[in-house]
Amino acid sequence: MTAPALSIRGVTKTFVLHVQGGARLPVLHGVNLDVGAGECVVLADPSGSGKSTLLRSVYGNYKPQSGEILVGHAGGVVEMVSASPRAILEVRRRTLGYVSQFLRVIPRVPVVDVVAEPLRAQGLDREEARDRARAMLGRLRMPERLWGLSPVTFSGGEQQRVSVARVFVARYPVLLLDEPTASLDADARTLVLDLVEEARAQGTAVLATVHDPVGRARIATRTVSLEDMAA
Amino acid sequence: MSGPLVTEDRPLLMVRGLTKRYGAQVGCLDVGFDLWPGEVLGLVGESGSGKTTVLACLAGSVEPTAGTAEFWTREGSRVDVLRLAEPARRRLLRSDWGVVHQNPRDGLRMSVSAGANVGERLMAVGVRHYGRIRQAALDWLATVEIDADRVDDLPATFSGGMQQRLQIARNLVTRPRLILMDEPTGGLDVSVQARLLDLLRGLVAELGLAAIVVTHDLAVVRLLAHRLLVMRRGEVVESGLTDQVLDDPHHAYTQLLVSSVLHP
Repeated sequence: MTAPALSIRGVTKTFVLHVQGGARLPVLHGVNLDVGAGECVVLADPSGSGKSTLLRSVYGNYKPQSGEILVGHAGGVVEMVSASPRAILEVRRRTLGYVSQFLRVIPRVPVVDVVAEPLRAQGLDREEARDRARAMLGRLRMPERLWGLSPVTFSGGEQQRVSVARVFVARYPVLLLDEPTASLDADARTLVLDLVEEARAQGTAVLATVHDPVGRARIATRTVSLEDMAA
Repeated sequence: MSGPLVTEDRPLLMVRGLTKRYGAQVGCLDVGFDLWPGEVLGLVGESGSGKTTVLACLAGSVEPTAGTAEFWTREGSRVDVLRLAEPARRRLLRSDWGVVHQNPRDGLRMSVSAGANVGERLMAVGVRHYGRIRQAALDWLATVEIDADRVDDLPATFSGGMQQRLQIARNLVTRPRLILMDEPTGGLDVSVQARLLDLLRGLVAELGLAAIVVTHDLAVVRLLAHRLLVMRRGEVVESGLTDQVLDDPHHAYTQLLVSSVLHP
């Protein structure tokens, strides 16, 4: 049997708030979870139960106290909890895509370049990267008059489409999706769910949180609860 | 000291035990890090944390008390930049390194034209052909988005943002591999900052530059730096991937820094 694309082993994360009297917030307690290629695992827990914390830990954005997060990368495996910043950035460049609930961009950079950026980082030349970015924006029905504008002043739904576009355009083998449809209207939601479903069918491993039960039913091949995963 | 040619699989700069004492006062204490080609390292902390001292030691404007800073030159030799003889240091600073000062007046010659500011650094590394120098100056002014018809104007006639972009062009014309930047967006209006950040980020990525950016502005490092060192009272208290340090700070001081930022 081949190793899963993503394997989470005994991950524990507690936030210690030094500024607030050293308060301790235990969030993840020995989480174990494997996600294989072509699988879409949806975390079904109420808000505040640590779903985003787990996704961020996989992406290297949060640093757990203990446990291992193994990501299949470039023919090998990288353990994200102990990986160097350089190694994490390399895994992000080639392997891990993360749709967060926030879009952080440099003001003034137009949408088409925001979306093309991951492709540029993967070595595509500017025009090819822009062509693919435009195709993805078109697919998400982002109005063309917005492509040349900075997304900073966009509505929540428009920003979320940019955020989705810049991740799906790069065809990462492992996707982390944190409420990718939360701010979208019904039509846009369907377009995004189609993208997720298509990527999964092509062998992408997906770990997601989706609040909306219809969307969840549409993309999940397996639904799990953080509570049940604890060791 | 000599070695093989520079390749991607080793750091460009290795700093170890960098210490500067002013009598009983500590400027910086036992600072160490590796910097890789194409990597931007942010040094953050409040005034007096020692971040500018680190930069000044590397740039040679302050003499460190202890430590080493080994750099692979483009000729493929390894030198400790903290112990370079003055002529060799000057040669390094005007070719393989660039220094972008917070105040562009400290990095520009205000008495000569914009074009001459850029061309001068090329002449300093031995380029003599006037037409080629002028063309390079025009190309670099275009890269930093300064109109060609301003090439003969004095920098004093430029806005602060334009002066800062000119300073960057002056540094980059010799194709350095390492840039030291002290609060590069510090004195600028917010709208001008964004433009400069976008420019810097593009240049770093396209030229494969390594850079050390000193700033107290956490929003600037988030967008510019791959990795952070957080300094307090001369010491590095936390380091790591930029977004990890900012979003999940572990040290009490980093948590205080991050939680003190106002979000508009």
